[in-house]
Amino acid sequence: MAHARRERATSANSYGRYVAGRVAQAVLVVFAAYTASYLILWSLPGDIIANITGGDATDLTAAQIAQIRHQWGLDLPLITRYFDSLGHAFTGDFGRSFTSSRPVTALIAEALPATLQIATLGFLFAVVAGSTVAILATRARSRWLSNLLLGLPPLAVAIPAFWLGLLLIQVFSFTFHLFPATGNFGPQSLVLPAITLGIPTSAMIAQLLAQGLAKALDEPYSDTARAKGASPSRVQFRHALRNAAIPALTVSGLVVGTLLSGSVVTETVFSRIGLGRLTAEAVSAQDLPVVQGVVVFAAVTFVVVNLLVDLIYPALDPRIITVAPQRRLVLKGA
Amino acid sequence: MTQPTPLLSVRDVRIDYASSRTTVHAVRGVGFDIYPGETVAVVGESGSGKSTTAAALVRLLPRAATVTAGSITFDGTDILAAREASVRRLLGRRIGYIPQDPTVYLNPVMRIGDQVAEVLVIHKLADRKTALISAIEALANAGIDHPEVRARQYPHELSGGQKQRVLIAIALAARPALVVADEPTSALDVTVQRHILDHIGTLTRELGAAVLLITHDLGVAADRADRILVLSQGEVVEHGTPDEILGNPQHPYTRSLIAAAPSLHTAGGTFLTRARQDVSADALSPTPLLEARDLAKTFGRTDDAPRAVDGVSLSIARGRTLSLVGESGSGKTTTARIILRLVDPTSGTVVFDGEDITQLRGERLRQLRRRIQVVYQNPFASLDPRLSVGDIIAEPLRSLKLAGRGERRARAAELVDLVALPASALARKPRELSGGQRQRVAIARALSVSPELVVLDEPVSALDVRVQSQILSLLAGLQAELGVAYLFISHDLAVVRQVSDEVGVLYHGRLVESGSTDAIFDTPQHEYTRELLAAIPRGPREPAITRGEQHS
Repeated sequence: MAHARRERATSANSYGRYVAGRVAQAVLVVFAAYTASYLILWSLPGDIIANITGGDATDLTAAQIAQIRHQWGLDLPLITRYFDSLGHAFTGDFGRSFTSSRPVTALIAEALPATLQIATLGFLFAVVAGSTVAILATRARSRWLSNLLLGLPPLAVAIPAFWLGLLLIQVFSFTFHLFPATGNFGPQSLVLPAITLGIPTSAMIAQLLAQGLAKALDEPYSDTARAKGASPSRVQFRHALRNAAIPALTVSGLVVGTLLSGSVVTETVFSRIGLGRLTAEAVSAQDLPVVQGVVVFAAVTFVVVNLLVDLIYPALDPRIITVAPQRRLVLKGA
Repeated sequence: MTQPTPLLSVRDVRIDYASSRTTVHAVRGVGFDIYPGETVAVVGESGSGKSTTAAALVRLLPRAATVTAGSITFDGTDILAAREASVRRLLGRRIGYIPQDPTVYLNPVMRIGDQVAEVLVIHKLADRKTALISAIEALANAGIDHPEVRARQYPHELSGGQKQRVLIAIALAARPALVVADEPTSALDVTVQRHILDHIGTLTRELGAAVLLITHDLGVAADRADRILVLSQGEVVEHGTPDEILGNPQHPYTRSLIAAAPSLHTAGGTFLTRARQDVSADALSPTPLLEARDLAKTFGRTDDAPRAVDGVSLSIARGRTLSLVGESGSGKTTTARIILRLVDPTSGTVVFDGEDITQLRGERLRQLRRRIQVVYQNPFASLDPRLSVGDIIAEPLRSLKLAGRGERRARAAELVDLVALPASALARKPRELSGGQRQRVAIARALSVSPELVVLDEPVSALDVRVQSQILSLLAGLQAELGVAYLFISHDLAVVRQVSDEVGVLYHGRLVESGSTDAIFDTPQHEYTRELLAAIPRGPREPAITRGEQHS
């Protein structure tokens, strides 16, 4: 028993080390995203004064320009401004929008819930639809049906989001009057944007899961299960699915980025208020603080979700903890 | 002696493998009976159809395979014709299956206990709670230590031997009437092999279960079976009791199998002595080609980390062979990798041709690679599938910039000839070659840069016995001809005896015994060496008396 206790202790210890390593990486990624986006955005060519005043800067007097420059700290060197803004960012202050003069954090906080709703719904749709297609495709008895189902994901990836959105509006809003075409009103207005957002993601999940399932069903351990007298469903759900879910889970972490960038197009097509719209407007107005805020927000979201995925891994695959440090060593050596 | 009705009756089974180009007739009319409680061994090389036959018995044939004729009747049910659901009722419950390679046949993300319990749950022999208790019992019966702890662990936390015991527990948990064991120990160490085979024997005897033992090792079959079927190219070429098969083999194929089995003959000298007969023995040079002193290697940072290699010293003379024997985890491969300078020792030195190479770096280390080469165990994984054989053989010449394009081509042709492959092999891809041919390619590649030492890491373990003996003979011949020294790593003492001047026995990272081959085999000093020797199947001269007694 002492032997077992020691094994458990080292396993808890290695899980702690694994988590600490992942958290440190996450912090580093956010910092790098902040630094890169700040330095690039603020050194881009473009008339910052014109962006701030929202029009032509030519009719301003030199004194006015100097005042605006001083007010926004533009008279300081870039590197000084960077450290200054980094310090503020740590206290949760990402500056004010050029166009509305409102705090960036407030703008994001207002836009976030609407986007969160369609993103969450879209993600759930993606997981359910993707898994269903994958499971049906590997279960299908006829080769014809299986190939048809496996043909869906590449097709779905290839469809542009704006076209899909317009198509859905045409069919479900204008023809059948099932869902509203635009706006942020009520749960029904979420359905079409969520589907538009979820379909490319569902395709990725379906493809990976179908591949993983097919591979897992061919693995010797599935034969062991069959030799126990297990039914095809049992082999698929109890044995293959959990093994196949690991690569699909990795992708689920990565698609959060796709969902955020997808919201730009989706919210524009469906005329919804949200983070995507905020991004689109800030970019076209060259509202640098808002763009910067959105970039950092996206980076944080991305990093947090992937951190969660990393923390879920060991629950799905007990080998991860012992394998992960070795893999890192190999990378260093290469 | 046996009951009139067979438990399993196989009649004229024919199985084809269809590929896009050709159809391979893997099994061509195999038929046999197994009566309750008896052990029948099916012996043959890879490609003989023995594993395909076993897979058909448990309906686990790969998709490319089709049964074109015949019947397999188990206790009144035709396994090939019956509905899937009725076959499922037999599998796991009345027919237990022990697969070949324990490392891949357990679900990596499922706890051991659940995997054993599952078979009881499927057949409703227990509910969820009692199934786990029965599973722990089954694990204990299969010889797993601390079964209640192991039940909560995952496969990667167990050794190969333990995993095989788990698979045995799965196969026997429902107390089946027939156990199909498909090469149950080929992936395991010899000493573990013997324990596992003994255990399968004891457990099935207690259950009164019949066993179909699939094996490539005639020695193993002779030791453990009541009857032996010899399979060649999908047909039963000979069957009989072990004494009949080994004492008076009728078919030429059976005779060639017996002749090739390293454990079954030592008469007429080893490959080594025979190869050296034709060459004038040159005097041993006084300084060894390679000398390793006090090698130690620990993995992990902590002080109490286990020592994979613990104070190993050895030396190899020019043109001679030193073999390191031990089971997995004994440190033999790590020792070889230290000598190859692929891993750094924690302490100790390696001296090659008078020069301390332990600290060599950069270009000088690269140049050392020319003088020390390696051949790996698995000829399927160690050859780049996209390169032609000619390119594979010439690659060391190219990467060490030792020859121009034309020269390389000429050298590759020469080497292909040296390892007795046809010249046409040069243009082929590895997948078009058999396992033995691939290993010849790997040997030719190692020899391409005229090394002084070749490390052979289990070079024949993945090969059939007859191919094994061809490769061993080739290695011995090449050594006599080229004067290259070998560091031969193996778990199989019978193989080692064929090619070694000196033998070192590694156990838990320590060199527990070393000396000339004759000394090790004739007067083993260490307990572990004696156990290794005992693990070699006995063979025809000493028929398995104990088993015969039990059946009379």
